[in-house]
Amino acid sequence: MILIEALRSGWQAILANRLRSILTTLGIMIGVAAVIILVAFGQGASNSVTSSIQSLGSNLLTITPENPNQGGEIVNPSVQELTVDDAAALNDPIAAPDIAGAAPEKRAAVTCTIDDRSHSTQVVGTWPSYFEITNSPVASGAYFTNADELSGRRITVIGSTVAENLFPDSDPLGKRISCNGVPLTVVGVQQEKGASFTNPDDVIVAPLSAVENSITGYGEVSLISVQATSPDTTDLAEAQAIAILDERHGTVEGTRDFEIFNQASLLETANTALGVFTALLGAVGAISLLVGGIGITNIMLVSVTERTREIGIRKAIGASRRFILLQFLLEATVLSVFGATAGLLVALLVSRVEIAGISPSVVPISVVGAYVISVAIGLFFGSYPAKRAASLRPIEALRHE
Amino acid sequence: MVPVVEMHDITKIYGEGEAEVRAVDGVSLTVDPGEYVAIMGASGSGKSTLMNIIGALDVATTGTYRIDGVDIGDLDDDALSLVRNRRIGFIFQAFNLIPRMSAAANVELPLMYRGVRRGERRRKAIEALGKVGLADRSHHQPNELSGGQQQRVAVARALAMEPSLMLADEPTGNLDSRSTADVLDLLDDIHDEGKTIVIITHEDEVAARAGRVVTLHDGRIESDVAAGIR
Repeated sequence: MILIEALRSGWQAILANRLRSILTTLGIMIGVAAVIILVAFGQGASNSVTSSIQSLGSNLLTITPENPNQGGEIVNPSVQELTVDDAAALNDPIAAPDIAGAAPEKRAAVTCTIDDRSHSTQVVGTWPSYFEITNSPVASGAYFTNADELSGRRITVIGSTVAENLFPDSDPLGKRISCNGVPLTVVGVQQEKGASFTNPDDVIVAPLSAVENSITGYGEVSLISVQATSPDTTDLAEAQAIAILDERHGTVEGTRDFEIFNQASLLETANTALGVFTALLGAVGAISLLVGGIGITNIMLVSVTERTREIGIRKAIGASRRFILLQFLLEATVLSVFGATAGLLVALLVSRVEIAGISPSVVPISVVGAYVISVAIGLFFGSYPAKRAASLRPIEALRHE
Repeated sequence: MVPVVEMHDITKIYGEGEAEVRAVDGVSLTVDPGEYVAIMGASGSGKSTLMNIIGALDVATTGTYRIDGVDIGDLDDDALSLVRNRRIGFIFQAFNLIPRMSAAANVELPLMYRGVRRGERRRKAIEALGKVGLADRSHHQPNELSGGQQQRVAVARALAMEPSLMLADEPTGNLDSRSTADVLDLLDDIHDEGKTIVIITHEDEVAARAGRVVTLHDGRIESDVAAGIR
């Protein structure tokens, strides 16, 4: 009852000073909008990095030979390169139960031409399991098969960037391109993976045997891609791969001639870094919310001073301290809730716009948080002026001009 | 019969030591129900301080004061608010209506603090405005009303509270002679209905309407006589 009456009195005061109320609300509105938008942008950036990393292959481990001459010091003179047999050994469901598959990759720079068009790219000679391991489905056409690999057929699945450059306005399927003079027939086009640190779409994939035979020659492979059975087992899969390769290479920790790069740990690192980034953005927003809160204190103090006489009249005819306190507190809270609502609407509008390639993703907790905090700000920053109003002595307040 | 106002040896001291001022100095005063008392005195005589104490806006330094038999000497801020809300209807020199609130809302205000429901208090407010002849002005804000009309709204506000005591502090001080007559006639009517009125004034014309005149000088009661004898 007293709550409703106090709210009504507070509301009347807000309406009586429309311009001032709107300006005060603006401060909170900007603060709330800043918090929600900045956190949404942080989250959007985080999402885009996460999806980039995931597009490289879910549960992916990459094994590369470690250059023993790195740093000018020969760590292990008897370095054994990664071989196709190493990759085959990793495909062992008994010794490596958490490895879903492993495929060797032989990479080389090539220049591919067709008719008068030419494009420099990278060839990947690998096994058919590569497509599944690295999460590289085709958008059109087909993968090559184990039979193609065994017979060393000169066919290729090309990345979307290559397709755009060599076949800007025709269907690449069935066409024959020439890479470093080797004719390869296009059987498939990979789905676009999108932006990443390097462009994963600027690549052509061909059977390992064909690439070794005609482009790179035999011998060491560039890297081995390993897929763990699930994102949760990447660490187990990494340990099993290390054990198998250590045994084959006769190495131990410290003398290893290979390195394992864990996609999951990269994701974790990236997420941690982006989490800090998002928190930082949120803090910037929070500062503007704080400034908005101080604005409320300021306006409410002005309001109390200006309405000293009115408060005196109200107390003279029987308003209790509690009522005056409540009225001013609710007035501040209503202002901040209105500001928060306006800020939320602005934030939701702005968050629909993509800026610098990042599409913001509104985080529900930031919306709830901004709302709760703005109510708390109304109560907190309104409490000092409200207390001052409530403790005014009626005779002094009445004498105020 | 319990007196409405029962003051015994009331003193109000401001300041300390050398700067000590005895604004009210040992005043004893009793007002019975139905009385119409004027308190007179020059400025500085202590009549404003006395009015604040009578109105429970301020508490005396020493002495006892009962309103309707209730000792208010030990009451805190909120309890004093409650006493004012239940027992005293103020009429101020400066009208003291709340700006940007309609006449009816102003009259309702003390009833709201009392916890009276909306419909009920609106009805009472309209009724009180009718008694002061402003039923048709109930939606007007104070700045849309003349001084005399504003003071009549203030009288309506005091009436709606149905107080034990109507306390008027120089109610005609800001009014022209015609409005003064209107407001004083109104107070006469209210008194005729049996209300207790205390009016603070320095004008003989105003005091002449009262049944009893108390004159203050330097914080003390100089004379306390029934009207017409003076």
